[in-house]
Amino acid sequence: MPAAPDVPRDLRSLQRLMHRALLRPLATGDRMQRRWMDGRATAEVAAGFVRPNDRLSSLERLEIYNRMYWFRLIDNFHDDNPGLRAVLGPRAFNRLAIAYLTRYPSRSFTLRDLGARLEGFIRRAPRWTAPHTALAVDIARFEWAQTVAFDAPARPVLTTAEIARADPARLRLGLQPYVTLLALRYPVDTYVIAVKQRDALRAEASNASVAARTTARVRRIARPRREPVWIAVHRVDNRLFYKRLERPAYRILAALQAGRPLPRAVAAGGRAVTPAQVQEWFALWRQLGWLCRRK
Amino acid sequence: MPANAFNGHTDYGIGIGLRVPHYSHILSRKPVVDWFEIISENFLVGGGRPLEVLDQILEQYRVVQHGVSLYFGSTDRTDREHLRRLKALVRRTKTPWLSDHLCWGSVDGTYTHDLLPLPYTHEAARRTAAKIRQVRDYLEIPICVENVSSYAEFHLSEMTEWEFLTEVVEQADCGILLDVNNIYVSSRNHGFNPYEYLDGIPAHRVGQMHIAGHTKFEKYILDTHDHPVLDPVWQLYAHATKRCGVTATLLEWDDRIPSFQEVHAEALKANTYIAGARAASKPAPAHARRA
Ligand SMILES: [Fe+2]
Repeated sequence: MPAAPDVPRDLRSLQRLMHRALLRPLATGDRMQRRWMDGRATAEVAAGFVRPNDRLSSLERLEIYNRMYWFRLIDNFHDDNPGLRAVLGPRAFNRLAIAYLTRYPSRSFTLRDLGARLEGFIRRAPRWTAPHTALAVDIARFEWAQTVAFDAPARPVLTTAEIARADPARLRLGLQPYVTLLALRYPVDTYVIAVKQRDALRAEASNASVAARTTARVRRIARPRREPVWIAVHRVDNRLFYKRLERPAYRILAALQAGRPLPRAVAAGGRAVTPAQVQEWFALWRQLGWLCRRK
Repeated sequence: MPANAFNGHTDYGIGIGLRVPHYSHILSRKPVVDWFEIISENFLVGGGRPLEVLDQILEQYRVVQHGVSLYFGSTDRTDREHLRRLKALVRRTKTPWLSDHLCWGSVDGTYTHDLLPLPYTHEAARRTAAKIRQVRDYLEIPICVENVSSYAEFHLSEMTEWEFLTEVVEQADCGILLDVNNIYVSSRNHGFNPYEYLDGIPAHRVGQMHIAGHTKFEKYILDTHDHPVLDPVWQLYAHATKRCGVTATLLEWDDRIPSFQEVHAEALKANTYIAGARAASKPAPAHARRA
C-alpha cells in the first residue's frame, strides 16, 4: 500500500506539514478546518503524523496548536491597532486580521514587526475595510508610527557647533529614525486618543461593578470627519508624543528627511513662510532632538 | 552543586521575570531581588524605552537572558544578523549564561511565535545539538536548553522526551534549563511519570530551573503562566532540587500579572524546598550519628 502523500518521514517535512496546518485560518467556532487543501479530511492528515491519546484525537491535539497560533497573533494585532479596531468594529477587524496575517504571516523573530505591511495591504485589498478604507489607511499609518517611535534607534543630535561649522548651502540634516511624518486626510490623532481613553476606562470598569461595565460598553466614539492634518509621531525622554505640524513645517521636515540640502528643504516650505517662522521651527525641532547627522 | 559550567559557575538564588507592569515599582522602590530574567527579544530593538529600562536595571541587578526565538530545533538556518544583535545584547547584560527552548517554531523564514514540540528522533537530536553548538560558539557563553510543555506527540518519535533531552544536551555538551512546571504539564497531557523524567536526565547539567503556574482544562493542561505555582509542581521542584542540588530558580508569571510583591513572594516560596534539600544533603552531626 503506498504511503499517504504527506506522511512526514523526517524533521523538515514534519515541520513543513505542521506549519501549514497551524497557519490555516480557523473555521467557525474556532475549530480547525475540517477539509485539508486537497479535499481530504484534515483528521486523516493529522492522524498521519500526530499521535492521539486516550482523551484527544490527532486532530484535536493539532487543533490546540492551530488555535494558539491564531489567538496569539490576533491578540497582538489587536493590541497594536486599537484605533483600527474601533473604526471597523470587532467583527470586520477580525476578518481584516485573518486576511492580512494569511497574506503576510510573520517573517520576523519578533511580533513587534507584525504590522509593518498593514498599510500596503489595506490599500491593495480595500474590501476588508470598505467603506472606511481611506480612514483605515490613515489609522494604520498612525498606529505603525507609534511602534517606530517606541523603540527605533536614536542618532546623535547635531550640536550648534556642528551646524555653525558646516557650509549652510550644502548642509544636509537628518531626521531621527524614530520620527514619522504623516500627511493624513483625517485627524486620527484625536480619534485614537479618545479610543484609548475609552478602552482604559473599560478595562478599569471590568475590574469594578457590572453597572460601570454596562455604561462603558455603550460609549461609542464617532469616526472622524475628513480634515487634512500633518502630524509627527515621536518620542521625548522615551515617552510617545504626537505633534500637529503646520503644512509648510511638514514639507520642510519631509524634504530634510528625503536628504535635501538645507536651503532646498527650507524652500520646500513655500514662499508664504517667513524667515522668522523658519528659525522658530528649527529651534523647536532642535530642542526636541529631531535633527541629527545623516547616516 | 549550585554552580556548574552551564551557568557560568554562578550561584544566583531565586529570580523573577522582568515584566513591563513592574517596571515603575522596581525602578522607584529598588526591591532586593537576587536576579532578573529578561526575554532577549524584548530588548533586541534600536533604542527607546526598552533599552533605557534595561540599562537602569543593569545598574542595580544581575540579569540573565532567556530567549524565545532561537528555535534550536527548526531546520531553518540560524540568522547571522540575529545572532550578531544577540551577541551585542549579551555584552550589554553580561549574562553568565543564556537559555532558549528545545523546540522549533519557524519554517522557511516564517515564524509561528510558538514553542512547538519536536519529534523525539535521533535525526532531530543531531540537528538540534549542532545548532546549539553553533550558537554557543558564536555567542561565547554557556547555553541552557529548556524543556517545553506540549500538547501533541508524533508517530515519528523513537524515544521518550527525557531520553531526547539527554541525547541533545550530551551531544551539544550544553546545560539544561529544567522547567518543572512544563514537565508536570506534559506528564499530564501525555500520561508519563514526571519523577521518571526527573530521574532520567543528567542532573549535573542542570544550570537553572523554572517554576510557573498552569491552567487545567477538561481534557488537557495548558501552560499559561498566569497562576501561582500549584502544589504538585512544588513537590516536583523539591525532588528536582534534591536530585540536582540547589540551582538558580526563576518564577515565570506572564499573564494576569499581579503586583510585584505578590510575584516575588510566590518565587521566594522556593526557599522552603531549597532549605529542605540543603538539610537532606548535609551529613548528620556527630552526636546524632552516635545515637
Ligand atoms: Fe519556562
